[in-house]
Amino acid sequence: MAVADIIQARRPRGGRVRRPEAARGYALLSPAMIVMVVALAAPMLLLALYSFWTQAGLSLDTHFTLGRYAEALGRGSWRDLFWRSLAISSAVTLATVLLAYPMAYFVAFHARAKFAWLILLTIPFWTSYLLRVFAWKVILGYNGVINSGLMDLGLIRQPLEFLLYNPFAVVVTLAHAWAAFAILPIYVSLEKIDRSLLDAAADLGDGPLRRFLRVTLPLSLPGVIGAAVLIFVPTTGDYVTPTLVGGPGGVMIANVIEVEFDRIGDWPMGAALAIASMAAVGIVTLLTVQAVRLAASRVR
Amino acid sequence: MARKRHARGFFAYAIFYLAFLYVPVLFLPVFSFNNSEFIAFPLSGFTTRWYGEMLADTAMHLALWNSLKVGACVALSATVLGLLTARALTRYRLRGGGAVLALASLPLFIPDIVLGISLLIVLNRVGLPPSLYAVALGHVLICLPFAITVLMSRFEGFDRSLEEASLDLGESAWMTFWRVTFPLVLPGIVASLLLCFIVSFDEFLIAYFLAGTDVTLPIYIWGQLRFPFQLPKVLALGALILVATAGLVVLAEWVRGLGRRAHPAGI
Repeated sequence: MAVADIIQARRPRGGRVRRPEAARGYALLSPAMIVMVVALAAPMLLLALYSFWTQAGLSLDTHFTLGRYAEALGRGSWRDLFWRSLAISSAVTLATVLLAYPMAYFVAFHARAKFAWLILLTIPFWTSYLLRVFAWKVILGYNGVINSGLMDLGLIRQPLEFLLYNPFAVVVTLAHAWAAFAILPIYVSLEKIDRSLLDAAADLGDGPLRRFLRVTLPLSLPGVIGAAVLIFVPTTGDYVTPTLVGGPGGVMIANVIEVEFDRIGDWPMGAALAIASMAAVGIVTLLTVQAVRLAASRVR
Repeated sequence: MARKRHARGFFAYAIFYLAFLYVPVLFLPVFSFNNSEFIAFPLSGFTTRWYGEMLADTAMHLALWNSLKVGACVALSATVLGLLTARALTRYRLRGGGAVLALASLPLFIPDIVLGISLLIVLNRVGLPPSLYAVALGHVLICLPFAITVLMSRFEGFDRSLEEASLDLGESAWMTFWRVTFPLVLPGIVASLLLCFIVSFDEFLIAYFLAGTDVTLPIYIWGQLRFPFQLPKVLALGALILVATAGLVVLAEWVRGLGRRAHPAGI
């Protein structure tokens, strides 16, 4: 639930405060800021630094080099992984947002007990991610729920092998796991729409579909974009889902990062892969958001 | 008339969507009571033996205890930090407040694996071994955005004149905090404690990198997933965890909603 607030994060407005007041405010902020610097900013800087170093046996060669990046982008199998991670996350984002939009629309415009609906929709989000992914393995598996159920009913003779261990399984599982991240931002932006605008559109002769396309959809776009970013960015780095349900064809970039860090022990290589993937995700996100905004402004 | 048909269509979709959200997860409890080592239909009778086996597992007890310790520390630390931050951002109109909020929300936008490896590098540089303390630090990071927003929405609906009245009537600033401010934000504090605890309790990947030889419950489960014959036991454990966390979430949201109407922006 709090997720929706974060998307909506308002910048404090109003006049500046008196000096001693401001000093007290900053004093209150400082503990959290210290934690952010120690546990977020410093580690990120170190990670970036490592990506320019070289692993030499058990020690580190700290001469600046772009060699790890050249390797990360040069190796064909890794390049494929980058593309695949982006493609899988794009599919996940699209599926999650498309599935969630009518749901959020229902809660915002038609539901009576909104609060109860929202709690119902967010409970799965708070429960264990690992277990939710595992549930899909149980469902899609060779001897899983779907296969054994269909065989029990006599609809198939052989288990369907295409269900598990492929990109499709990863997309389904992730779309399920990230549902709440799509519903809440979209719901908040729909809820904020001034209902008199909808009445005005109807009075001026727009049918339901036209009204939706020209009023509701554009006004809810910030929520849609927020949801898409909030899903796309973290899912490209997902590890649990590709490992449990992805199989060889569903491996994603996080699996390679884990191998570099845990098994091979080449931390600079892992760091470069992590930074490169975040950069790729950042660029794709910015370009897409800009393109969507541009397209939306054309339509109107 | 058309509007009504419209609404009915959306309602049907909403039910379908809820089924999509809940049914997959419900298979865990269903098969945890199934009297077979194989997770497959047809169901072969009711049993509670998987629960018995799970409860007898001492490795699981240790992992559970570790997760409870980390979760409690994280909930408390993240909530205290969130309380100070939310208070500063709502009470004082500070310059750079928006930037602080953006920075604190950043962990939501960074893949957990990247948070995990970057903290691992820091530990290594400083010369500290991986430990539950490191796990707790990582978890505080990912809990902070939730703590801050839950508490900020509580502070925002808060009437400042109550504090001013208390000060005017001669209470000290400290007593005003304890007797006026604290009781009013208490529901937010309880909700934040519960939600942060759940996030930490369920978190796997950061703990996987930072826990070293200590094992938290999700790491223990991850280890068990490799052995097919252990699966029914894991299902039993998973079913219990799902029920417990869902209960805590409902409790947290109920507490959070106390004393105020359903307020869309705060949800």
